[in-house]
Amino acid sequence: MSSPTSTPVGSKPSSDGLASPPSQRRRGQDSSNGDLPAMPTSPATDIASPAVHDTSLFSSPRRSVLPSEVDMSSPLIGVRGTPVRQRPDLGSARKAPQVDLHTELPSADGAVASEQAAGQKLVIWGTDVNVGTCKEKFQRFLQRFIDPTSNEDENAGLDLNEPLYMQKLEEISVIGEPVLNVNCSHVQSFDADLYRQLISYPQEVIPTFDMAVNELFFERFPDSILEHQIQVRPYNALKTRNMRSLNPEDIDQMITISGMVIRTSQLIPEMQEAFFQCQVCAFSTRVEVDRGRIAEPAVCRNCNTTHSLALIHNRSAFSDKQMIKVQESPDDMPAGQTPHTTIVYAHNDLVDKVQPGDRINITGIYRAVPMRENPRQSTVKSVYKTHIDVIHFRKTDEKRLHGLDEDSDQKLFTEERVQTLKELAAKPDVYERLSSALAPSIYEQEDIKKGILLQLFGGTRKDFSQTGRGNFRAEVNILLCGDPGTSKSQLLQYVFNLVPRGQYTSGKGSSAVGLTAYVMKDPETKQLVLQTGALVLSDNGICCIDEFDKMSDSTRSVLHEVMEQQTLSIAKAGIICQLNARTSVLAAANPVESQWNPKKTTIENIQLPHTLLSRFDLIFLMLDPQDEAYDRRLAHHLVALYYQSEEQIEEEFLDMAVLKDYIAYARTYINPRLNEEASQALIEAYVDMRKIGSGRGMVSAYPRQLESLIRLAEAHAKVRFSDKVETVDVEEAKRLHREALKQSATDPRTGFVDISILTTGMSATARKRKEEVAQALKKMIQSRGKTPAMKYQQLFDDLRGQSEAAITKDMFEEALRALADEDYLTVTGKTVRLL
Amino acid sequence: MRMWFVCRFCCPAAQSNSNPEWEAKVLEYFKGQLREKESHSWVPSLNDVPLHYLKPNSLVKFRCLVQDMFDPEFYMGVYETVDPSTKANVLRCGKYKDVTECGVDLNSRNTVTAERQTFYCVPIPGESPWAKEISFLSARVVPSTSYVPSRQKRSYEEDDDDMDTQPQKQREPHTVMMGGGGEHPHGNGDSKRQETEAPSSQTTAPSDCSSHLDLNFPLPGERGPACLVKVYEGLDSFKLNDTLEIYGILSVNPVLTVIVYPHRDPSLLLLNPTESMETPEEQRAHDPPASLVPRLHMLYARPLQHNNPLLPSAPTEDQSAFVSSFLVEMASVRAELLAYLTHVLLGDGLAAEYLLLHLISNVYTRRDVLPLGKFTLNLSGCPLNSYTERLYQIVQQLVPCSYRLSMSLHTMNSMRLVPKKDYVANRLVSGALQLARNTSLFLDETQLEQGQLDSSGVRNITALGNLISWQKVDYDFSYHQMEFPCNINVLVTSEGRSLLPSDCQVPLQPQVTPPNMEEYLTTIHMAQFTSQINKFRVYLSLARTLDYSISDEVTKAVEDDFVDMRKDDPQSVTAEDLHRMLVVARLLSLSLGQTTLSRDGWMRAKHIDMLRRSRTEQQKSLNGNEP
Repeated sequence: MSSPTSTPVGSKPSSDGLASPPSQRRRGQDSSNGDLPAMPTSPATDIASPAVHDTSLFSSPRRSVLPSEVDMSSPLIGVRGTPVRQRPDLGSARKAPQVDLHTELPSADGAVASEQAAGQKLVIWGTDVNVGTCKEKFQRFLQRFIDPTSNEDENAGLDLNEPLYMQKLEEISVIGEPVLNVNCSHVQSFDADLYRQLISYPQEVIPTFDMAVNELFFERFPDSILEHQIQVRPYNALKTRNMRSLNPEDIDQMITISGMVIRTSQLIPEMQEAFFQCQVCAFSTRVEVDRGRIAEPAVCRNCNTTHSLALIHNRSAFSDKQMIKVQESPDDMPAGQTPHTTIVYAHNDLVDKVQPGDRINITGIYRAVPMRENPRQSTVKSVYKTHIDVIHFRKTDEKRLHGLDEDSDQKLFTEERVQTLKELAAKPDVYERLSSALAPSIYEQEDIKKGILLQLFGGTRKDFSQTGRGNFRAEVNILLCGDPGTSKSQLLQYVFNLVPRGQYTSGKGSSAVGLTAYVMKDPETKQLVLQTGALVLSDNGICCIDEFDKMSDSTRSVLHEVMEQQTLSIAKAGIICQLNARTSVLAAANPVESQWNPKKTTIENIQLPHTLLSRFDLIFLMLDPQDEAYDRRLAHHLVALYYQSEEQIEEEFLDMAVLKDYIAYARTYINPRLNEEASQALIEAYVDMRKIGSGRGMVSAYPRQLESLIRLAEAHAKVRFSDKVETVDVEEAKRLHREALKQSATDPRTGFVDISILTTGMSATARKRKEEVAQALKKMIQSRGKTPAMKYQQLFDDLRGQSEAAITKDMFEEALRALADEDYLTVTGKTVRLL
Repeated sequence: MRMWFVCRFCCPAAQSNSNPEWEAKVLEYFKGQLREKESHSWVPSLNDVPLHYLKPNSLVKFRCLVQDMFDPEFYMGVYETVDPSTKANVLRCGKYKDVTECGVDLNSRNTVTAERQTFYCVPIPGESPWAKEISFLSARVVPSTSYVPSRQKRSYEEDDDDMDTQPQKQREPHTVMMGGGGEHPHGNGDSKRQETEAPSSQTTAPSDCSSHLDLNFPLPGERGPACLVKVYEGLDSFKLNDTLEIYGILSVNPVLTVIVYPHRDPSLLLLNPTESMETPEEQRAHDPPASLVPRLHMLYARPLQHNNPLLPSAPTEDQSAFVSSFLVEMASVRAELLAYLTHVLLGDGLAAEYLLLHLISNVYTRRDVLPLGKFTLNLSGCPLNSYTERLYQIVQQLVPCSYRLSMSLHTMNSMRLVPKKDYVANRLVSGALQLARNTSLFLDETQLEQGQLDSSGVRNITALGNLISWQKVDYDFSYHQMEFPCNINVLVTSEGRSLLPSDCQVPLQPQVTPPNMEEYLTTIHMAQFTSQINKFRVYLSLARTLDYSISDEVTKAVEDDFVDMRKDDPQSVTAEDLHRMLVVARLLSLSLGQTTLSRDGWMRAKHIDMLRRSRTEQQKSLNGNEP
C-alpha cells in the first residue's frame, strides 16, 4: 500500500476505470520499491500512520466500491500497529509463469474493463476471486457457521450451538495465539463456491481471509494485543487425500495429504528481504526476494552512483524454514509398489512441529519449480522440482500418549460404501457370513473364527477412572493352542494382514524390548529417542504372537500389564513413562510334547503360567477331530482350494476389502451399551456359571469371566451394527465362552469344566486327589509305629499295594513333598526320615 | 534405420502440435513394428552391447528387473523456446527427452506440464550364463552394423548437434569438470577407464567399471548396466521386481550428471534451498553419471513370463504351436532328465524325482495369505566337500535364473538379504532376496557351522523362513515393514534336517560312492550334448507354465482316499500331508505333460510320497534323537 508507484488506496478510493493488476505482478513491484510493512525482526515505526489510515478504510465492511489494489502480502495493519507477519507459506515460491507486463497488459486490461463495465466486478488477475465478495463471504462464514454435530477435539469446551469460529476468535483474544485454524469442510458446507476458490487460488484467497478475520477481530476486541496479526490456516481440504494421486493439475492448489515424516532438516534461515546500503551516501533500500533471487539495485536512487549498494546481512530479514520429507503411509499404497515421498517446507512457527516417525495430515500448496538454468550449460533438465508449502499440520497419532483418539482413526467412507455396509449388517446371518469370510482358506473351525471376529470388533470402551478403577479393558484376547500344523500361524497371518494396525511377532524371535519399547540414542542428534515395540505399535490394533510358548519368561512378564491394564510402564535411561497399549493379543501356542495330550490339562500341555492364561478371554484348542465326516469335508475343501478358479472363490466369500471396511466402520461408529434385559441375562449367566462348580465345591467362574462375557456380547452387538447389547448378543457370548471353556478348561480326569485349571493352574479334583494320597501315605507311615527311617522304594511299593487306585511315581513324590512341607518328614537320597 | 525414427517423429509432431493423438500413434507404431517377426533382433540390447557403442537417442532394448521406483516427476511436456536462427518462438516437445534446449520461456502459457516416473532397473539378477549367451548370441551382429551406418547416416540428420556425433569427445569436458570439482575422484577414473579400455574388451560384460559407484544390484558380484527408465504410460501396471523387456530411447546426455560443487557458494545455498536440500547421497543415487547409468525413455515394455531364451517369450500363436509340438516329446524328455538327475544325485532315483518336481514348481495363485504351488525341497544327507557346489552348477545349467547362498555363519551375519530403504539417499538398497520370479535359490546349509548368530543373522534366518513358508519378503522401511510377495524356488541342501522349514524333506541315499566326486560329476556333465541340455531347459520352463485342473471324479477319489487313510491311522496323515500330496500330484502330472489329474497320477503321487516318508522314518530311527 505504501509503495510510491502503486496508487495509494486512501487518496484514490474511487478506483474507477483503472485495471486491477494481477496480484503477482503487484507483489513484484512492491519488492523492488522497498517500503514493506515491518517484520517482527525489524519493527519499523514509519508505518504506524498509514496503518491507522488503512484500518479506518477496512473496518467499514459496508464499502461498496472496492479498492483496486489489494496488497496480499500485507493484508492489513492492525490497530495500535499489531505487526503483520509475512506468510512465506503462501508467497515464498511464487507462481512461475509471471505475466509479461508489456505484452499481456492490454489484453488483460480489456478483459477486466469490459467485465467491469458489465457488472462492476473486479477480480484478481488470473483468478475469478473478487476480494470484496470473498472477504464478505468469509466474514459471514465466521459469524454464522454452526456445527452442532462437531466432535473434533479442537472444539472441546465450545458451545456447539453458537457460531464456532467466533468462539475461536474469543479464544484467540484470551490466549493470544494469533492463528485461526479453519476446517475446509465447514467452508464447503457453508459456501461451496468460496471453498472452490480457496482450493483453487489459495495464494490469493488466504490473504483475503486474513484480512477479513483481522477486521472482524479488531472490531470485536479492539483492545487485544497480539504478537502479530491473525493468520488463517485452513486444513482438511477434501480435494486430495493421497500422495499418489497428486498430478500436474494440483500445482498451486491447496491440497491435504496424509503421510509419515521420515526426515527433517536443520533450521534454514531464508532471506525474505535484503537490505542494501549505498557505500557513498549511506542511503538504504530493501529488496524482497523474488523466486529465490534478489535483484541487486544497480544505481543508488539517492546519489545516482552506480554499483555502490552493498548487502548488509544483519539488517536483512530472514524467516525460519525447514525441509521435511514425508512418505506415503503404508495403508494408502497399492500392493507391489514402493511408497512415494514428497518434500514439504515448513515456515516460521511450523518449523520443528513434527518429528520423524510422526504420522501427519498436511494441508498446503503444491508447488513445482523448474530446474534453474546453469549458464555453463546449453541445455537444462526438463523436470520440475515439486514440493508442498505447508499451511497446517495435523498429527494423526498425537493423542496416543493420553486420552482416547477415536477421531484420529477416522476413515472416510463414501455414502455408497456406508449403504452397502448397512445393508450387509441388516442381513440376519451377517455374523455367520463374516465369520466364514474370515480366512476362507482355513477349513471350518467356525467357533474359532467367530471368536476372532469378535476380537476384531472389540468391546466398548468404558471409563471408570472417576470411581478409581481406571479404564476397563475393551479388547478381547484370544489364545489358540493345539497340534502343530493345524494352520494356527496361517490364521494369525490372515488377521495380521486384515487389520490396519496389526503386528506380527514370533515368540521365538522377540525379546521384551522388541515387544515393549526401548530407548535409543539418535546417531545424528545424540538425543535419546523412545523407540516403540510391537505392543505399542499395535495400540488400537491386534498384536499377533506366534509360538507364544517359546517366549522367554521375562518377555512374557511384560504381557501381564498389557493384557489387563492396557498400558506399558517404562523406566529406562531416565525416561519414565506409561504408554498406552490398548492392543488385543492373538496368540498361538504349541503343546510342549509337540502333540496335544488329551489326558492332560491345558496348563500341563502348554506350560504357560496360569496368571497369564486367565487374561485370555477365549482359549481355543485347535485339534484334529479325527472323525470321518470331518475328514471328508476337509479333503473336499483342500482339493477345491487347489483347483477352484479365482472367480468361484470370489462368489463364495465376502471380499476382504468389504470385511476390512465393515470392521473399521463398526469400530469407529458403533458403541453399543447394555440394555436392561441383556444385563439381566448376563447376571444370570454368571450366577449359573458359579453354580455349576459350587455343587462340587469348586469355583467355576470369576469376575474376570463376567467381564469377558460383557466384552464378547458388546462385540457381537457391534457385528450387528446395533447400539444396544441385547439378549441375543449375550446368548452368543455365553455360547462361545462355553465352547472355549469346554475345550480348554475341561478336567481330563473328571470330564467337567473346571475354571480353576485356568485360574490356578490345577483342577480342583487334582488338588483333592493330591491331598488324599498325602493323607494315605501319612496314615500308612503312622500305622507302622516308630520307624525313624524308611527305604524310599519300599515305601512306594507299600503305598501302591495298599491303595486301590493306581499311584504313579509322580504322585508319590508329590505326596512326599506335601508331607515334607508339613515338616512331617524329610527325604534324603533314598531314605525317608521322620521328624 | 528404424531407430532414427524416434527423433524425427517426435519433434515435428510436437512443433505443429496440431494432432493431439500423436503420442498414441507413436506408441502404436512402435508396438506394431516390434510385433513383426524378427523385429526384436534389429534392436540392439543394452544388456549386451557396451554403452559407448550405442548411439544416443536411438532405440534400444533392455531386459531387466524393476529394482526401485522413484517418486514421480513433472516435466515440460511442451515448452516454448526461441529459435536462434529465425528468432521466432517455437514449441518443442519434451517427451522422451531428458533435457530442453536452451532459452526456455518459463512464463509461456503454452507450457504443458506432464508427469512421468523413473524406475531404477537392473539386469535380471542371477541370470545364468547360458541364458545370457543364447539370448545375445543371435543379436551380436546388430550393434556393430548399427553403429557403422550411424556414422554414414549422420549427414542426413537435420537436427544434428555435436552431442550425438562424438560421444567420446563430448565426455571429455565433463570428465574434466568432475575432476576439477574434486568431488568424484572415482567417477573421474571410471569414465576415463571406460573410455580407454572398453573398446578393446568387447567380449567382457559392458561397463564393468561400475564397481566404484554402488549400482545397487541385488546379488553380489553382478555385472551389467543399471538403467534409469523413464515411464510415461501405465504407471500403475508396473510393480517392483517385475521383469520387463523395455524398448526405449537411450539418453546419455552429460548434462544429466549432477556436479556436486564441494565449496558451494554460501549465498547460492541460501537462495537456492530447493537444490541444496538433496543430500549428496541422494543426488548420487538419483542422478548418477549418465555414462554409467544411462537413461532410457520407455516406449513399450513387455512383461516377461520367463527369461528362457529357448522359448518363445510372448504368448502368441507361435507359443501355443511350440507348446503343442513339445508336449509330445515331454514324457521322453522327462525320462532323460530324470536319468541325468539320478546320476547327478549319485544314483538316488527318488531324490532325482523330487528334484525334478521342485524345479518345475511355481506359485500359481494365492488364497488369502496362503501361496499355492510352492514346493520347497530339503535335500538332507548331502555329502560334504564341494558336492553341493557342483550340484548348484548343474542346477544353474538347467534353469535360467539361480543364486547359491552359502549359509555360512559369516554370510548369515553379514549379508543383507532383505532390501532396506535408505532414507538419506532416498532409495531402496537391494538385498539378495530381491529376485525375479521363478529364480532358483539354492541354500547351502552344509556350509553352516556352530557359532553365534547375531541379531542381523537372526533376522536373515527369519527372512528365509518367511520366504519359504509364505513366499513373501518383508522389506525394511525402517518405520514399518512392507510385504512383497515373491515366487522363488528354494532348494535347501543340508547334512541333517534343515533348520529352515520346508515343504518336503528327502534324505539323499547315494547308491554309488565315486572315489573322486569332482571327476564323477564333471564326466556326467560333459556327457550331455548341448542339444540335450537345451531340451531339458525348455522342458523345465515349459512344464511350469502349463494349466492344470482336477475333475470332479478325481476329486471324489482323492477325498475317499484321504478318508480311508485317516481311518487306519489318524496320526499318519494330516491336513498338511494332503496339502503336500496335492502339490506333488499336480507337479507330477505337469511333469508328464498332463494337464488334468488322473487317478493314476494321484496313486503315483501317493506312492512316491510314501517312499519318501518311509525313508525319513528310517532316517529318524537311525539317528534316534532327531525329533
